[in-house]
Amino acid sequence: MSRVSRNLQEIIKYPSAIFGLLIIFLLVVIAIYTLATMSYQEAINRWRGDETMWAEYPRNALPSWMNYFTQKKLPTTMVLDTATSPQSKERLEMEGLEMVTATLTFDYQFDDFPSEVAVFFTAKGEGEPPFVMPYWEMPDGRRIELEAQSISRQKRYFVSLDNRLIRSLGNRAPEEGLFLDPAAAEGKPAKGQYKLIVEGYLFEPGGDFDVKLLLYGKVHGMAGTDHRRRDLMIALLWGTPIALCFGLLAALGTTIATFIIAAIGVWYGKWVDALIQRITEVNMILPTLPILIMVGTFYSRSIWMILGVVIALSIFGGGIKTYRAMFLQIKDAPYIEAGRAYGAGNLRLIFRYMIPRMIPVLIPTFVTLIPSYVFLEASLAVLGLGDPILPTWGKLLQDAQENGALFKGYYYWVLQPSALLMLTGLGFAMLGFALDRIYNPRLRGR
Amino acid sequence: MPEKADALLTVENVHTWFELRRFGFLRVGFVRAVDGVSFSLKHGEAVAVVGESGCGKSTLAKTVLGLYRPTQGTVVFDGQRIDGETGNLKKYHSQVGYVQQDPYGALPPFMTIYRILDEPLRINGVRKRAEREKRIKEALSEVKLTPVEDFLYKYPHMLSGGQQQRVVLARAKILEPKLIVADEPVSMLDASVRVEILQLLQRLQRSYNLAVIYITHDLSTVRYFSERIFVMYGAKIIEEAPTATLLENPSHPYTQALLTAISDPDAKNADHIKEVPPGEPPSLLNPPPGCRFCPRCGQAIAGLCEKEMPPAFELAPGHRVSCWLYRQAAVKEKEEEKEKAG
Repeated sequence: MSRVSRNLQEIIKYPSAIFGLLIIFLLVVIAIYTLATMSYQEAINRWRGDETMWAEYPRNALPSWMNYFTQKKLPTTMVLDTATSPQSKERLEMEGLEMVTATLTFDYQFDDFPSEVAVFFTAKGEGEPPFVMPYWEMPDGRRIELEAQSISRQKRYFVSLDNRLIRSLGNRAPEEGLFLDPAAAEGKPAKGQYKLIVEGYLFEPGGDFDVKLLLYGKVHGMAGTDHRRRDLMIALLWGTPIALCFGLLAALGTTIATFIIAAIGVWYGKWVDALIQRITEVNMILPTLPILIMVGTFYSRSIWMILGVVIALSIFGGGIKTYRAMFLQIKDAPYIEAGRAYGAGNLRLIFRYMIPRMIPVLIPTFVTLIPSYVFLEASLAVLGLGDPILPTWGKLLQDAQENGALFKGYYYWVLQPSALLMLTGLGFAMLGFALDRIYNPRLRGR
Repeated sequence: MPEKADALLTVENVHTWFELRRFGFLRVGFVRAVDGVSFSLKHGEAVAVVGESGCGKSTLAKTVLGLYRPTQGTVVFDGQRIDGETGNLKKYHSQVGYVQQDPYGALPPFMTIYRILDEPLRINGVRKRAEREKRIKEALSEVKLTPVEDFLYKYPHMLSGGQQQRVVLARAKILEPKLIVADEPVSMLDASVRVEILQLLQRLQRSYNLAVIYITHDLSTVRYFSERIFVMYGAKIIEEAPTATLLENPSHPYTQALLTAISDPDAKNADHIKEVPPGEPPSLLNPPPGCRFCPRCGQAIAGLCEKEMPPAFELAPGHRVSCWLYRQAAVKEKEEEKEKAG
């Protein structure tokens, strides 16, 4: 329809529309990037993954761009592994047993302590497990003894939770005690070269072990991590296509259905109209949220189920009343009478004569309706009725709320999904308002 | 009706009443928009229906077009009875053209002129695209919208009022109907354009031998092409006569009043106000029992006019008037006939 395209060309005259379009375009780009780089199954697997999947990620880390705003340079996560650098191991034959000295050396230049320290051991070989004696060497040459232990297959030694070490460091958390600069005033890590030396004794020939040192940072990735060490980026990225898709489908479904039902009611009048109006009135006083909660609790919390229920409940909504009022005017237009006079049928008159007349009114409403459904989905998720599988923006907010994110100061956990939600709302609203002015010229200049 | 045999359209005793309801179901009464109208129309004949606003002219037009179902009475077109039940309505629609009062409202604003003219053809089963296009172009050049290509892809709002009305005319004739109902086709147009549109309608009528029902409230435009005039008042036809007779020798007091009220650009008219009958047209919800013009009529016969509805008296062949003033004339005529016969 060339009238529609002519009106679309007018969009360029409205800065707000351009801004809105840019935001929407950005969201669409994010959505496409997400779909291209991370498959649906992969996202779900990672998001629902257990401890081992996220073992090397820090807990509740800030987004790494925070470093641009603070003078203190917060540490990122460092992982050092003898398996990837075999030259760090020295072997020494002794009678009957073998001594291996593994040395992991790293340069620590951050202004803050790491959030956790852990050492993972991996032993190879059958029979008697190796015995290891780890030492920690500070830049100034001091040596701190860590817990000596025998290691079977996989051993995770969480240094931060070692009570003996905490006591020997003077009741200081190991991640601080092991880095503390004694010369400086309170609470600064010493910068320089640190060493983790592990002396291991192997009791059988052919045995070996590897040491992995994990220094969990305080910042991670573009978006930070949550209480389960998961990267928030996954949910932020995958939330975009889900939100756009949900909003678009719900808005499309409700608008079109509402529109057609209103037109049919007006056209046939009498009992058809009365029936539609009564159903609408009853439906309008039924509260949507409790029904959704009921469906979510008793039946299914799948996002598609919720989408279906949302559309079904919104069809007979306030829109029917608004559109009916407009259709009533159009129904008596002389051109429709003329159409009847040359024999146009009912369906043709509804779909070719009445509805096209109203499309200009429909488009802005439709555009402004999209974010409201995005928000609805997010609110449901915050209430704990989100899809149990999918990572969405609303789910992030719910996790944040459950874990007292704002109370504990993890503001990024709340701000990032909220910012995306607000951006979505802003983009569609700005475009919608501009479209409203284009399609309903009477609003212009007011 | 003497010319019934070769009649194209016969309207017999048609009543179109609209039900009035309160609270959606309580029946309060009827608005009698058309209340017992009969006439017939020959092939290629042009008639005018004249009357003031609210007298039921437009309802009569829509009843004739099959848009309203008559409450009572029949409309017979080309020997076939028209009503919703017999299913011949669609064929009937393709044989009757409709020209409306407001040309802008009559054209769907979101369609191009091409689409507008294409619609009736498509609906009435002209399958071939090339043939449709040919007929659209023909119709446009016939209503003098030339060069045709300049207009095909324009939207109605890009045309002037006169051009819009030409498109409406083209749409009314594109199906090659036998009858065109024109409901005040020029009342919304500039005086300068009116004559053009009426001449166009007349030319179409002559060249295609169309029957035309021309509805107007303005007697001054009637002369252009109608052969007969029906004067409507209060949902009834009160006088029916050939145009010349009616304009020279109006019989019904209402027709006389209507004729004196014709605007005439005469300098003398500035000096005095023409006399018009006092009062307002009757309510069609509860019309007076007798002659409907009676409350405003200066020549009403007390005891008769307000009680009994006057029948149609034939003053001359084709000149019928529903007024008690002419009962003597009618009686005399009948006596004369009897004498002649005797």
